[in-house]
Amino acid sequence: MVVNRRGFLAIAGPGLFVFFGGERASAYQQEPGRIPARTAAAADFNAYLRIGADGRVTCFAGKVELGQGCGTLLSEILAEELDVAYEQVDVVLGDTDLCPYDMGTFGSMTTPYLGPPLRAAGAEARAVLLQMAAEQLGAPADRLRVNAGVVTDPASGKHVAYGQLVEGKRIERHMEKVAPKPVKSYTLVGHSPADRKDGQEKVTGKAKYAGDFIPPGLLHARLVRPPAHGATLKSVDTTAAEKLGARIVKEGDMVAVLHERPDLADRALGLVKAQFERPQPSVDDKSIFDHLLKTAPRPQPVGRPAGDVAEGEKQATAIVEETYLNSYVAHAPMETHTAMAVIEDGKATVWVSTQAPFMLKPQLAQAIGFAPEKVRIIAPYVGGGFGGKTAGPQAVEAARLAKVTGKPVQVMWNREEEFFFDTFRPAAVVKIRAGLNGAGKIVLWDGSLVGGGDREGRPFYDIPNQRTVSAGGWQGGNPPGMHPLDVGAWRAPSVNTNTFARESHMDVLAAKAGVDPLEFRLNHLTDARMRRVLETLARQFGWKPAKGPTGRGVGVACGMYSNAYSATMAEVTVDKSTGHVRVKRVVSALDVGMTLNPDGMRQQMEGSITMGLGYALTEEVRFKDGEVLDHNFDTYTIPRFSWLPKIETILVDNPENPPLGGGEPPIITIGAVLANAIYDAAGVRLLQLPMTPERILGALKKA
Amino acid sequence: MEKTISFTLNGKPASVKVDDERMLLWVLRSDLGLTGTKFGCGEALCGACTVIVNKQAVRSCSTAVKDVAGKQVLTIEGLGQNGLHAIQQAFLKHHAFQCGYCTPGMILTAYALLLQTPKPSEEQITRHMEDNLCRCGAHVRIVEAIQEAAGAAKGGV
Repeated sequence: MVVNRRGFLAIAGPGLFVFFGGERASAYQQEPGRIPARTAAAADFNAYLRIGADGRVTCFAGKVELGQGCGTLLSEILAEELDVAYEQVDVVLGDTDLCPYDMGTFGSMTTPYLGPPLRAAGAEARAVLLQMAAEQLGAPADRLRVNAGVVTDPASGKHVAYGQLVEGKRIERHMEKVAPKPVKSYTLVGHSPADRKDGQEKVTGKAKYAGDFIPPGLLHARLVRPPAHGATLKSVDTTAAEKLGARIVKEGDMVAVLHERPDLADRALGLVKAQFERPQPSVDDKSIFDHLLKTAPRPQPVGRPAGDVAEGEKQATAIVEETYLNSYVAHAPMETHTAMAVIEDGKATVWVSTQAPFMLKPQLAQAIGFAPEKVRIIAPYVGGGFGGKTAGPQAVEAARLAKVTGKPVQVMWNREEEFFFDTFRPAAVVKIRAGLNGAGKIVLWDGSLVGGGDREGRPFYDIPNQRTVSAGGWQGGNPPGMHPLDVGAWRAPSVNTNTFARESHMDVLAAKAGVDPLEFRLNHLTDARMRRVLETLARQFGWKPAKGPTGRGVGVACGMYSNAYSATMAEVTVDKSTGHVRVKRVVSALDVGMTLNPDGMRQQMEGSITMGLGYALTEEVRFKDGEVLDHNFDTYTIPRFSWLPKIETILVDNPENPPLGGGEPPIITIGAVLANAIYDAAGVRLLQLPMTPERILGALKKA
Repeated sequence: MEKTISFTLNGKPASVKVDDERMLLWVLRSDLGLTGTKFGCGEALCGACTVIVNKQAVRSCSTAVKDVAGKQVLTIEGLGQNGLHAIQQAFLKHHAFQCGYCTPGMILTAYALLLQTPKPSEEQITRHMEDNLCRCGAHVRIVEAIQEAAGAAKGGV
């Protein structure tokens, strides 16, 4: 199971190799079952870099390029520390034969876990090369200068390139304690490179995704699917499909139609007559919330309680209780789940759109009865993940079919399959009971999270008497049938739901106290970083304090994710006759510690704001009795160009703190900031996401 | 029905002997090996499969190959054949993509816009691009890139 260093070297050839990990990295990214890093020879690294005789620097890491720009960031860091040109750096990602183990690309962890050790590894490699150059040039190492991978002795004018130094040699180093450069001296990191590493390929159509690997003899497979979750196949007649020249595979629960043209496989599938027995009527997108409350397991405490809620009840002079709801939300990446499997000489190689190639490898090996070392997973460019591509069921389908047919097989889900098999962001019910004392301070917070998960469920505000409990979530382990659809991680799992509820309720309390919503938050915040983010944001936005609702349509919300601080202000208009919301302006501020790639971070912030408009305003999966009623983008509405507000992004730079990932924190506030802005505009509080025109009209009618 | 369909593909003559009711997307990807054109929804709802046929942006997932007989078809592979097109350069410069999956369709839809309307207003860009979906949220930069390309193209593409 352990792919050791020798295995990598056999593939990687000559050059200088630096293997690196780091305490946080090895704790998190260690292969399950592996003996602790320091006692296992050559196991204590989770990425490595090679400097080849051509002078090119290659970083091998098990991360996946989902669009977040990790290849760009890793290249930048290496170029900076090694004093080579950004263009001289290549990145090999997501290949289980070439890259060391990595748990997966999610949770905003690439930057914090791989960034610091990569800096150190670059520094280490540079030190080794300088020592070699010193010997070759006959000059002390500390006199030498490096530019674009060429080492020069200013005294003699003699120079030698990195490539020349390693030519014909194989040097292996584990990372020692060579200090990276001071951040202040950086010229590339923190300043953003000119081009993304994946740019040329992506604008020319050359970028290859899992569906773009088309070996000779490839068969495209379409599978017979049930009409509803829980339906069972009773009979199947494939005669007509066979007449169309399609090959049929029936194996266990799988019935597949294969053809060398994907659309003809699809046509043949349309001729398959399959009879299913539907499940008993159960639950739909309207009854789901009662269902969750009925089926939830015993609640567990979230974080540490403080004080005594009974005491809080006594101290409170005003108590407000609300229940916040959100529906199932789809990932809907533009690239559907796709895989292509080739089995040759007893080895399966599978190109897969996945965020977690190393998690998939043993699962796929088991499914086709191969030893894990006989399976290679390659995650090429992935067309969006957002947490929805952590498992790889389509890869298992492709590999099983490749094994049966002896041919390369591609499985590319259509959009209906993508909606049907998605691991949705869970529907959830959050109930919060909170109380204010006569001075307008929160003295009670009693929260109950059901269905969505516990992350960031405990408020970070200063509240003397509080407890939060959670029952069920996105991570599995729920009572059978609690979530009638598969659920999983969705960009900042739990935290969109919990931030919507908490930050909505903070606004409710602020209104009750008759205090400006920003001031009310600051009155309950001693965390200096959150205060600074909010204050910076308010200045840029031009926040004018007033007790709500003011009719101006402005709102604020803040939150934390993976130690990052995120705050957002928005301005909306609400058409009271149609219930339609127009988001005019969104300003987002983020403190992720040291910002390594400012432009990359802004891309993530803009993307988060835009994607967030969907879950806030339109996106909910409709379903009934196991059937997913949304099949495509005609009924499941995701954000479009005409929705775009004016977007402004603020990086609250904090170079003294370690860098954190920013792909998720900026999205967590979008539901609440829009709910709060809608309240400010129209005077009605929306308690359910998405805030559709129907729900807004309903709230206006009740008001 | 199987027929020989001839058309111009990225400036060169092309000919395929296929069931002419098949959709252009799959003929491009599977028969002709041009994988830059992407499948996204299969129902002309997302724009990932957009190609240019006789200077118009069309959805190749819903365009039968018989309907391009004798016509000029341009895919993303053909756009930058002699150096990157101004739109491609602008997408690169503005980082107007993340995962990149919708990008070929975005670029070609923008290309069709600039053919018709060399100096589009922001509102015209928004309206024209409206039915191309991007899940990563690169929209802001896509609009900026198209504006820049329109400037760079100096009145013609």
